[in-house]
Amino acid sequence: MSATHPILRLESVSKHFGGLRVVEDLNLAVRRGVRTALIGPNGAGKTTVFNLITGVFPVDAGRILLDGVDITATSSHLRIGHGIARSFQNIRLMPHLSTLENVMVGQHCRNRGVRGVLQPVNLVPRNRWREAARAALVDAGLIEYERSTVGNLPYGVQKRIELVRALMAQPRLLLLDEPAAGLNPAETEALQAQLEKICIGGLTVLVVEHDMHFVGALCEDVIVLDFGRKIAEGSPEDIRRNPLVQEIYLGAPVAQPMERHSACSA
Amino acid sequence: MSGYLEGVLVLLAVNVVFAYGGFLPLAAGQLNLGLAGFAAIGAYSSAYLSNVFKLPPLIAIAFAGIVAGAVALIVAAPVLRTRGIYLALATFALGQIVQAIILNLEVVGGAAGYPVAAFIRLPAIAATATVVVALVWLLFATRFGIAVTAVHDDETVADLMGIDVRAFQVAAFALGSAIAGVGGGLYAHHFSFIEAQYFNISLSITIVLYVLLGGTQTVFGPLLGAAVFTLLPEVLRASANWRYVAFAAALIVLMALRPEGLVTGAQLRRLLGLARAQPRHAEVAAALPKEPSG
Repeated sequence: MSATHPILRLESVSKHFGGLRVVEDLNLAVRRGVRTALIGPNGAGKTTVFNLITGVFPVDAGRILLDGVDITATSSHLRIGHGIARSFQNIRLMPHLSTLENVMVGQHCRNRGVRGVLQPVNLVPRNRWREAARAALVDAGLIEYERSTVGNLPYGVQKRIELVRALMAQPRLLLLDEPAAGLNPAETEALQAQLEKICIGGLTVLVVEHDMHFVGALCEDVIVLDFGRKIAEGSPEDIRRNPLVQEIYLGAPVAQPMERHSACSA
Repeated sequence: MSGYLEGVLVLLAVNVVFAYGGFLPLAAGQLNLGLAGFAAIGAYSSAYLSNVFKLPPLIAIAFAGIVAGAVALIVAAPVLRTRGIYLALATFALGQIVQAIILNLEVVGGAAGYPVAAFIRLPAIAATATVVVALVWLLFATRFGIAVTAVHDDETVADLMGIDVRAFQVAAFALGSAIAGVGGGLYAHHFSFIEAQYFNISLSITIVLYVLLGGTQTVFGPLLGAAVFTLLPEVLRASANWRYVAFAAALIVLMALRPEGLVTGAQLRRLLGLARAQPRHAEVAAALPKEPSG
């Protein structure tokens, strides 16, 4: 397939929760091998878009195509096998598993069936799946936490473990939901380096992020959502200069709060 | 060996088997209060097989496990539709139904109880218990253990990671029931007489308590829980009737002090971490393959 053929395409996707139209007639395409950012104000529907792509909720209307294959009706636990892995806005590691076991959860989709489920990952120290998970932790500089209970680890470390877990599925498309949120500048830099490293292999990344510096440094494409609709797309430069986006992010002209202030004092 | 000691050890072995029957569903996050029902199915079907078909007791008990597991598979679809407290109530009702059916089943004695001709002693019971414990430990050292814990911790994320949540819930429920059935079969063939009344809700609750107090996070919890709560009442025997009061008090204290059970996963990992030296990063990186070959 050609390089311009999008790896992910949403066609007229809508999702309503009761009367609330969270995603409305959304069309978007994610180019193969490109890092794309999905931005927008709080409540714009970004996480819902992720939940629709991964099948947490069914769509009300529209189609989702992965590499041209319609996965709209594919059940959620099978989608990771099609090559879609994700991280979560709030860390969702398994609190009762160790770091290594959490990472091995990410391998599950490549280990289905009775034989896969009975892989003695915690019995045979040199089991190949266990070693692959350990190698991934070594690569990410996290091997020292191998046996730690994840709940006690620093926030930034947990975020990176979640990323390693998602990568163990060997996805074609990686969805990251606010990977830099809550990280300090040093942790953000470490994460950016880790992401750039994993993208060398041509992995496609779709990332929800508020930090525009992070987006500018990492992503080539930006898609802007507001109230569940796409209002702009383009390079980070284009988006920064787009007056509509500026209005959404910065609000109305700066004069307004001063007017309000004078109204209060009057 | 004195008769008393053998009696206590038999009880211990049977309770350990029951505890692992309770452990599987609890590890998957299911509070199963119908375990006594599956123990009853195991006890009666094994007794019937050895009485009527003259099967050797251990063969009959193995079949009893299969029968209890098969019944669990059949009822899993409606029962596992419920969750939380409703799952507890549904399984409780299931246990009551089994008891009621047996009380009305004249072929196995009905309300009068059912004598069991064949008899097994401590060695056979202890060996069976050892096999059950070993099998569960082995099972939980595979990806199954990780997947079941993942289902327990976060169903949504487990599902998105490709784990067939429903399949693992059904498997944990059915395997736990099969083990409870084996426990019932052992009980029937040692005590030579079974009656429906024995397999009541308090047996189910006791089994759940073994696991909760021992700890649901590791495979060692049920063993420890069953051991402590079989042997503690015996130790307290000196104080006659007051021993149940002391036992209940000990239960409450333990729940307050160790709400996650006597052994927890984090604690175990800490112990193992102390026992094994941490490998040096560079060495590990050099020694490990980059990817599994297939």
